[in-house]
Amino acid sequence: MNEQGVAIAEIDRLHERLIKEAEVVGYHLNPDVEFTKGLIKSLIINERRYGYWACPCRLASGKKQDDLDIICPCDYRDLDLNEYGVCYCALYVSDAVRKGEQKAGSIPERRPPPAERKRETQKKGRRLTGLSLPVWRCKICGYLCAREQPPEVCPICKAKKDRFERFM
Amino acid sequence: MTVVHIPGKKSRHIMLYALSTCGWCQKTKKLLDDLGVEYDYEYVDQLQGDEREKTTKEVSSWNPRCSFPTMVIDNKKCIVGYKEDEIREAIRSE
Ligand code: SF4
Repeated sequence: MNEQGVAIAEIDRLHERLIKEAEVVGYHLNPDVEFTKGLIKSLIINERRYGYWACPCRLASGKKQDDLDIICPCDYRDLDLNEYGVCYCALYVSDAVRKGEQKAGSIPERRPPPAERKRETQKKGRRLTGLSLPVWRCKICGYLCAREQPPEVCPICKAKKDRFERFM
Repeated sequence: MTVVHIPGKKSRHIMLYALSTCGWCQKTKKLLDDLGVEYDYEYVDQLQGDEREKTTKEVSSWNPRCSFPTMVIDNKKCIVGYKEDEIREAIRSE
């Protein structure tokens, strides 16, 4: 498949959709339209290449299980927005950056290297006993809910079920 | 795809490890193009199998997080990320 052959119309449509979805829940896309559309084109390329929206600025393994934390929006977005005003790719920006009060720049990589990531997933969180239901946490936005299973889609940020972790 | 050579002004030996999909990598490439210097680059996301493994090992030896862009200058200095001033400085200075 010709990866460069992403139609402009397709990029524009996704751009509009992402702006809408972001604004509803209080996130902002980078107002630098040319830069942002470049990243959106890359998301489309990665969707074709891997079958999911692997982060454009990180090297995806192609194995979904290993790439889950970097499927856009990634697990690191909100921490980076808080600390730097941009996500790692600068697709998403803080309100201050959107208003031009802060500059968007290239930031350090927060995702731990592979060996550390493995250790993280093996570390089991401390479980509180005596709860009538388990508590699930959305790794993207932090939404918590007490129910047998996490929801199919996060009601706040629309992340899929596989982005939830057991919290308590 | 393997290493691509971009001809230009001879300055330092510049090797840029990049991802074809990454916005900061594109900006870094554009900066080198604007400076008109000679450099090599490789799109690591377009490599498969052994080639990819070999190249990611190379990148990790300079930058353990194996993040992109990673630029290696004269096989001595490594710049991670799109750091415009640092890149200009490294190419200019002795
Ligand atoms: S939120 Fe930003 S850094 Fe995270 S995957 Fe999406 S584009 Fe990449």
